[in-house]
Order: sequence, then C-alpha cells, then structure tokens
Amino acid sequence: MKVMMSSHTKVLTALAIAGSVGFAARVSTQQAQAPAEISSFHVQGNVHMLIGAGGNIAVQTGDDGVLVVDTGLAQNASQVIAAIRKLSDKPIRWVLNTHFHPDHTGGNEALSKAGSKTNGQPAEVLSHENVLTRLSAPAAKVATASWPTDTYFPEEKDIFFNGEAVMLYHEPNAHTDGDSIIFFRKSDVVAAGDTFVTTSYPFIDQANGGSIQGEINALNRLLDIMVPAHEQEGGTFVIPGHGRICDEADVLEYRDMVTIIRDRIQDMVKRKLTLDQVKAAKPTLDYDAHYGSTTGFVTTAGFIDAVYKDLSNPQGKPRVR
Amino acid sequence: MAAPARAQVSLVGEWSPRYHEDQPDRIPGPELGDYTGLPITDGARLAADSWDASRLTLREHQCKVHNGPYILHGPIQFRLWEEKDPRTQQVVALRMYLNTYEQERTIWMDGRPHPPEFAPHTWQGFSTGKWDGDILTVTTTHIKQEWIRRNGVPNSEKSTMVEHFIRHGGIMTHLEIWTDPVYLAEPLIRSEDFVLNERTGGNWLWPCEYVDEIVDRPHSAVPHYLPGKSPFDGDFAYRYGVPVEAAKGGAETTYPEYQAKLRTLPKPPRPAAEK
Repeated sequence: MKVMMSSHTKVLTALAIAGSVGFAARVSTQQAQAPAEISSFHVQGNVHMLIGAGGNIAVQTGDDGVLVVDTGLAQNASQVIAAIRKLSDKPIRWVLNTHFHPDHTGGNEALSKAGSKTNGQPAEVLSHENVLTRLSAPAAKVATASWPTDTYFPEEKDIFFNGEAVMLYHEPNAHTDGDSIIFFRKSDVVAAGDTFVTTSYPFIDQANGGSIQGEINALNRLLDIMVPAHEQEGGTFVIPGHGRICDEADVLEYRDMVTIIRDRIQDMVKRKLTLDQVKAAKPTLDYDAHYGSTTGFVTTAGFIDAVYKDLSNPQGKPRVR
Repeated sequence: MAAPARAQVSLVGEWSPRYHEDQPDRIPGPELGDYTGLPITDGARLAADSWDASRLTLREHQCKVHNGPYILHGPIQFRLWEEKDPRTQQVVALRMYLNTYEQERTIWMDGRPHPPEFAPHTWQGFSTGKWDGDILTVTTTHIKQEWIRRNGVPNSEKSTMVEHFIRHGGIMTHLEIWTDPVYLAEPLIRSEDFVLNERTGGNWLWPCEYVDEIVDRPHSAVPHYLPGKSPFDGDFAYRYGVPVEAAKGGAETTYPEYQAKLRTLPKPPRPAAEK
C-alpha cells in the first residue's frame, strides 16, 4: 500500500450527514466550509481510497477508464477530480452511490460531467432506486443533475469494468433504505458506504428507512463477503463510509459491538424500561470512549434513541438473517 | 543519515521466555473475572464482564492472533534478525518471527514516519525503533483491537506501545508501556525476560483454519452476557478470597498504597451461582 499524499484533513461527520429534515440547510452549511485537502491511499489491486472530501471515496482505475464510488461533498468536487486525475488520465465512466446523503453524493454532478460515457454523454451515475427517490423528493431540493441516471431495484446488480466484476448488493433498511455495498471482486476491496464506519456508532437514519437490524444484517453481509488472509489479517479490505481502511477482523469487532448493544437494549425493552432508564443504564459504556460523542450528528444518545425506538416498534423492520 | 553505530549490541538470535513473572496469567491463563493489577476503565470492566468465551467459537474469531502488545507477555518464542542495506550496511529493519500464530513483525530502523491514521491496522502494528545506548526503544502504532488479558479485557485500536529491549549477555529484558485511551485509565507497564537459545529447535509453526464448531447457532449470533448476568460474576474473588473491588482492577488497585485499603474491604460474598 502506498500513500500518495500524507496529510489528511478531517471533515466532521457532523457536517457530512443529513437526514430528510433540514437537508438543504445542512448542505448550505457545508458549502460555506473551506475546501478540503484530499488524500489518496492505494488499498490494493485497482482500487484507491480518497479521504477528506466528506465521506470516503473509492476509485477504481484501469484500461476501461475510471469508476468512482461516492463523490463527497459538493464543495470538494474540484479537489476530488484533481485527486482522481493523479491516479488516471482515463475518462470517468461510472459514478456509483452507496446511499443518498450529501457527503456521498454532493459531487455527483461535477464528477459525472467531468467524465463521459462512450457516447460522450456525462458519466453514468448508478445507485439503488431508493437513492433516486430520496434525492428527487421535493424537500431534498437537490438539483436534477445530481440525481442518479441509472438505478437498480433487485437485491443485487453487477457490472464488469476494468477487468473485474463489480458487485452491488442492496442492504435494505440499514443505514438508510437505499444502501449498496459495492465489492470489487478481483481487487478484493469492498466499499461499504455508511453501513460501516470506524469513527462513530452507526447512524441509523430512521427518517430515511434505516433500522438497527438492517444495519446488523449489512455488517454480517460484509463479513460474508470478506475473506481474511493468514491468521485473520489482510485479505479482503473494506473502505468504510468514514474512517480508516479495515479488514475482516475490524468489521468483526464492530459487528460484535453493534449486536451486543442491540441485545442489551432489546433486553431492556422487554423489561419495559423507559428510554430515560435505558440511557441511565449506559448500555454503550464499554464502547463510548471509542465511538461515543455528545456533540455532532452521530451522538451516543442519538444512537441509543434510534435503537430503542426501533426495537420498541419492530413492525415492518428487517428480520434477523 | 546518522553515522553507523559502533560496537552496537546485537539482539539477533532465537529467544525463549522465562515465565517466573506473572506465570498464572501467561501460561495457564487468567481466571474469568480476574482483572487484578490492570489499570482498566469502567468500560473495559463492562466489556470483560460481558465477554463469553464462546465468542471464540465464531468462525471469524477462531484464527485471530495475539496482538503485539499482548504476545511478548504470552506463550511465545521468537527469532530476530537484521535486514541491512547491502551498500551501506546500515540496519534498515529488525525482523521478528513469532512462533505463536506464525506472526511476523518489522521494526523499522531507517527513520521512516508512521503511516497516516487512515492506514490499515495489523496485529503487530507499525513499529519504529532507535538505539539509546544499548537499549533499543520501539514505538508502535496501528495495532488491532484484541485484548489486554485473555479473559475478555479488551484493548482498542487506539492503543500505542513503547518498548525497551535490554540485553545482558544471554538474557534480554523486555519492558513495555501500553497506552490505550479507550480501555486503560493509566498506562499498563509490564516486563518479561528472554533467554538466548544456544541450540535451536522448538515448534515454529501454528497454522489455523476455521471450522463450524456449533451447528445450530444462528448465523448472526454474538455470544455475550448481559450486564450483571455472567454466571462467573464474583467467582474468582470468592475462590481466592480477594475483595470484589480489588478483583475488578482499576488504576488505584495497581499502587502499593492500595494494600492498606485492601485490608479494610469486605470479604467477597459467595457468588449466586454457587449458592
């Protein structure tokens, strides 16, 4: 693995994630921030990770051109394009979105227009259909040019690009209702979007179809896809939505953590504890020093809130897989 | 570039541990609920109390190895050699092969920086070393999450470690200072002694392949105990007559002054599971 740019500018997750309420206002706030410095990191095979644009970005390069997973915040699009140009001078042919949040789709328009399909039209933007549903909702106030131009609705979709299969797995009702986990099969790299992050508890965006069980299902799907190398290290690597590059052992600890917290709160719900009582019992105490926060968008209290509400009203939620 | 060190002590060779120090912890392994001597946080205590050894039967847990800060305190022998630049004969790196779980470790001696924070973590972490007289001081970052004690007391991926390797003839003392802002309230400091093997041999291989150990368990289950529900809660304290508070560890319990307080603490009650 090779670091191409050493500095890493953090973009606060607090600014990078938005639900349906206040969506446009948050985007506006983001656009007032200074442009980020983008760092690039070779993960393995044909895949690099770009860090600093908002959510992490995966870039696959090869003879066919460039495929990009997620596009960061709109304000950082020119820096992202410049970082991609350092990796390849081939045209951007594909833009894939893992979900609809603006820290992952903000640069859709700019990256699509910076690239092209073979017929000369802007590069295709592909996502699950629920991403289009969310971005095209009137309340979202997202320009048409930022919407996906191609969607899928079954459980999975695949394309073949740069000599490898690129698999898109839809994870229903996980972080949102439109999450895709994207697997570069030959490079052996997964782009997880915000179904997996290393910087906070998972953000269960209930307003947009997220659920705790769907989130756990997504983490288990990641474990199913990933194959470790010698003694449970390396092998398949995953680019999280936010944070550092991980292998299966890292996803495992995160899956264990989310499942254990779910089980604890589930037990409290069964014992009919109120939300305040659950919070007072500190069901996340053993993980708070790592993932907890009292400020920003993904707070410990907000996570407990989401899990409690979800488990208190399980109708229509995903089942254990 | 720094001038080559003259008559620098060498750590090259095959080294085996001596277990006179902390033997029960290092060889048979700790009892469940024994956190004595560990400056752990409340969060670490809850994680350890929740830990169910059955978690190790999960496929993905079976071939996990002991990480860098743990393994030199555990069951191990290791081989150490130097990698030199053929043109300058400067030591670029010290390489280690650890027999337990067939781990390889590199200690970079060429002054390179540590990777950025978004780089992957490994069991052995990323190590850089420098000589301070005859003491090799090594700083390690990018360590994977595993454990501080092999009864469920965790370390986090935010751990860092500073080590000192000190050779006295055929004996080498290893001192480690383990810092973890998540699970350690204060640095954990511990030491081990190793003896240079004059005759090589021993078991150097430790292959692992996972198997499905429990056939009817749900695919997504994660074994653990709900808070306060471990059937082993209080068992260690009662069996050894250690006050419960002391058995649960914490920074205060690691200082000599704690012995005075220890005498004032109540005897441990019989655990509910034994009544």
